[in-house]
Formats: sequence, structure tokens, C-alpha cells
Amino acid sequence: MSAAHGAGADTHSEAGYEPVFVGGTRKELEQLFTQYPTKQACLLPALWMVQEARGWIAEPAIHEVADVLELTPAYVKGVVTFYTMYHTHPVGRHFIQVCTTSPCNICGAEAVVEALLRETGCGELGATSPDGRFTVIEVECLGACGFATPILVDDDFIESVTPEKVPGILQRYA
Amino acid sequence: MGYPHPSHPKETVVLSKYFGDPEARSYAGWVKRGGYEALRKAVGMSREALIEEVKASGLRGRGGAGFPTGLKWSFMPKEVVKPHYLVCNADESEPGTFKDREIMRWTPHQLIEGCAIAAYAIGATRCYIYIRGEFTEPWQVMRAAVGEALANGALGDNVFGSGTRIEMVLHRGAGAYICGEETAMMNSIEGKRGNPRIKPPFPAVAGVFGMPTTINNVETLAAVPHIITRGAEWYKSLCLGNPKSTGTKLVSVCGHVQRPGNYEVTMGTPMRDILYDMCGGPPPGRTFKAVIPGGSSVPIMTREEAEEALFDYEGVVAKGSMLGSAGMIVMDDSTDMVYQIWRLARFYAHESCAQCTQCREGTAWTTKILERILAGNGKQADFQLLLDLSENMTGKTICVLSDSCAAPVVSGIQKFRSEFEAYIARAREPALAAV
Repeated sequence: MSAAHGAGADTHSEAGYEPVFVGGTRKELEQLFTQYPTKQACLLPALWMVQEARGWIAEPAIHEVADVLELTPAYVKGVVTFYTMYHTHPVGRHFIQVCTTSPCNICGAEAVVEALLRETGCGELGATSPDGRFTVIEVECLGACGFATPILVDDDFIESVTPEKVPGILQRYA
Repeated sequence: MGYPHPSHPKETVVLSKYFGDPEARSYAGWVKRGGYEALRKAVGMSREALIEEVKASGLRGRGGAGFPTGLKWSFMPKEVVKPHYLVCNADESEPGTFKDREIMRWTPHQLIEGCAIAAYAIGATRCYIYIRGEFTEPWQVMRAAVGEALANGALGDNVFGSGTRIEMVLHRGAGAYICGEETAMMNSIEGKRGNPRIKPPFPAVAGVFGMPTTINNVETLAAVPHIITRGAEWYKSLCLGNPKSTGTKLVSVCGHVQRPGNYEVTMGTPMRDILYDMCGGPPPGRTFKAVIPGGSSVPIMTREEAEEALFDYEGVVAKGSMLGSAGMIVMDDSTDMVYQIWRLARFYAHESCAQCTQCREGTAWTTKILERILAGNGKQADFQLLLDLSENMTGKTICVLSDSCAAPVVSGIQKFRSEFEAYIARAREPALAAV
């Protein structure tokens, strides 16, 4: 393991890059190896670990993941970009996903989006607020259609959001 | 029960009995409510007897396709010469559907028990539960529950002292509707892009990691412990309409009703009872216009069709749609159908994996044509263009995502043509700015 990791360090030797898979995180990854018959299958969980640690998945992290799972960086990048929840660029300290698919749309999701963009200062979807606090994106069905409009703030799933509730919700996130 | 509402007298509460009861989430709480008796019984039975029992119950897949569950299990090789896998599909992403979420949030052990029984029946020692990435709370609840089940001997190397080994691994998705398609899900578990695979080979022959695999939906697996405890005959007797549709079904109802929520009904219950009695009808002063009964991928029903339908696999087909996942999207007379059909097409265009030309191009062009109509620039020829596109998107691709995009478009044009005409004739204000 250490040899493979050492070899990996050369290929992602961008100045200042601190590897994610060391110490406890490395142990966690090795535990994952026992739950799947291939290392490749640990790719989605490994990418989650990177995002958890760094907030997004940068190019050198893609190289590191490729090294530890014995894949190519191009392959890893192909997978990263398939899934919408992996961030390939930095986002605000709090990441807000708001559902606007039909069931929420007919129950007023567009007004929730407007309130979120206004109150966070993000102004437009996908942009980060000038204070770096929030990024708001529109997402497809969050699977809580009976509780329109649901939003996800980081890992907090909040149901039945209305424009009026938005300022109170945002206060909880510094 | 009609979570988050109290149980309605017209419901038949089996799977949803403990929704909203936080005590039922723990291992001890679940055992106190009769939990894990079915698994204890199952590991003392033969695999064949278990499969026969589930076959006899008439249980059909609750994820949307309605394939007989026992029959699916029986496709797995009788002899276990290489690893067998069970995959539980908890990637609930079909617009309108939010039932599996409640099963996991409130009764995680109901699902774990169902998975363990199914794994044993098909000869699998490992079960992957694929939970969509956005389901943060169900993920936490399920993780805690799997840990507790393991600590109490319901999972692990020697399930309840029977010598049976069952391991459960939670796998987190990362935002891709298509991964709810079973072969895309297998690719995703293998660490690949979620592109559906061509069938055959079918999963029972070469599934995840190339090994014999069975994939079942959360609700299907959650029904299994009840069948084992109370018997196939009891389950089969839960049937009001057609003997081919048995048991109870969780119906997620959303949109323009007074009490949206998850209702559990006996198969064959009149849809009218669900819409008016359980959900309280439309908001005051409104009337229903349309219902999409089975998640966004099925044809749209008019109010009249919905009011006359019996809610089971055959009953909904008889009225021009499909039961699907039973995620019911209800729209009242304030709804702009063209706008909503465009919104659904946009969903499919966003979620297409882009492998098949008909889907990649078809979903995108359908969306663009609907955008043009909504912007007031539609033409009469757009009707035929949309129908031709839909024709080319139906039955011609690796999976049914593009068919699902065509369903609301074709049924929408058939049943709500005048609303399209109004935009094309510029008799209605454009709903979108011209691009």
C-alpha cells in the first residue's frame, strides 16, 4: 500500500497538495476494500470521502483517487462528471439544492428559488454569494414530493419550504 | 397510514403501520413490534420453500415494472457455484414517488429483514442497498440500523445461529436518476458511469460484478417479512379488483390535493377513494384536471379516467396509463399542462445518460420544441413533429428513459391538445421568453 501511494505522490505532485487518503481516511478506504470484490467499486465512496474532506473534487484529488484505486485519472474524471452531486469546482460554505421538478413546480418551487437567490445574495443559480457563504442550485426531483418544496442545505434535508421560511432557515448557517 | 396524516379508515396498513413512530426505528423497538420473527422463521426454511411462498403470494415488483417477485427469485441458479448478490434499489428518484424514503426513515429494520430473507432465498451472502445520494436522513437511519442488526445477530456470519451468512453494504449514489434502472445501478455499484446495459444477459445470469444478481425495490422487499409471517394466502386475500394484483401498495400522493402523503391501500381500491376521501380532494374552489398515477414516466390521465380507475396494475392500464411506482401527481384546473409537460421533458433531457441517440437527441429536441411552443412560436406542424419524435423514442433504446419522456408528451397531446393550440394560435400569453 505504501509503495503504491508513494508512486502516486509523483503523479499528483502539484505544489501544496495534501493527500486525502492518509491516517484514518486511509483506514476507512481499506475497510471499504473488504466490502467489494474490486477496488474500482470503491470509486463512488472514495469520491464522497474526498468531497467530505475538501468540499470539492479537484484535479490532483482525481489523480490521487486514481492511484489508490489503480485506475487512470481519465477514467475517474469520466465517472466524477457523470454524477451531479460531485463538485468539480469550489462551492460556497453551504451548498443549497432546491427541487423544481413538476410536483414541486406546481406547488410553488419557483418562488422558493427566487427567495433563496435573493436572500443568499447569490443572484443566479450556480453562483456563489459574494461572502462565500452560499451556493444555490436547482436540482431534479429530491424524492419528497408530498413535502413541496424540499431543499437540501449541505446534508440537512428540509421539507415544505416556502418563500416566507427562507430567511429563518438561512440564519442557521453561518 | 397516510403519513404525515393519521391513518384513514379506507387504508389497509401493513408496511406503513409504524411510520412516524420513532421507537420503531431501533432494533429493540422493532423486535417489540414483532420484527425479525420472519427472518428467524425463514432461515429455518429451505430456499425453495421461501421462493414458492413468495410466488404464491402474488407479490409483484413495487418499483414500477410489476414483475412477479417470486418468479424473479426463481431465475437465480439453484446451485451457488459463484457468488450471488442481492441489490436493493433505494435510488427512489421517480418524480412523484416518495414512499421508499419513509420506509427507510421510519422502519429501517423492516427493510433489512426483507433484504436478509431475500438474500437467503436467492443464495446471496451479500446485499448492496443502493441509496440515492440526496437521501441523507434515510442513509443515517439505515446505517445505524444495519449496525444494530449486526450487533444483535440478525446479520453477519451466523444469522440467529442458523449458520447462514448475510452481509449488508450500503452504497451511496451521487445524483443520477438513471441509476434507478437496474443495470445502470449495477454499473454504478461497480464504480462506473451509470449507463444501462443491454439485456440479455439478464441480472440473474450476469449481474453486478458479472455474478448472478437479483434487484428488488425497497417496498417489494419490505413486504416480504409480512408474507413470511402471515402467509401467502393472507397476502393474496388483500385484493379488491384483479387476482393478478395482490397485497397492499403504498401510494405517494403529491401536487394539488388537500392532504398529500403516503397512503397504503389494498390493490384494487378505487382511485376516487384515494383522491377524494384519503387526500381530501382538490384545494377549495378548484377541480382536478389531470393525474399522473405512477410516477412521471406513465401516461397522463384525465380527471374522468382517474375517477373511474381501480388502483392496481390492470385497473390503471384499463384506463390508459400504468400503476408504475404509484407516485401520484395530481394537477388541478389551475395547471398549465403544456408547461408541466415541458418541465417533465426537461427532466428526462437532464437525466438521459446519452448512450442512445434516440434518447439523447429525442429528449433534448422534445424539450426545445415545447419551449418554442411555450414562447409563442409554435407551429401546427409541431404536433406531428413531437409525435414522430416520440415514436422514435419508444421501444428503440437500451432502457426505457426515452419511452418515459414520450409518455407524457403523447398522452398530453392526445388529452390536452386545446392547451397546445392556444399557445400556437397566440391566444394565450407566452409562458417562456423566446430563446
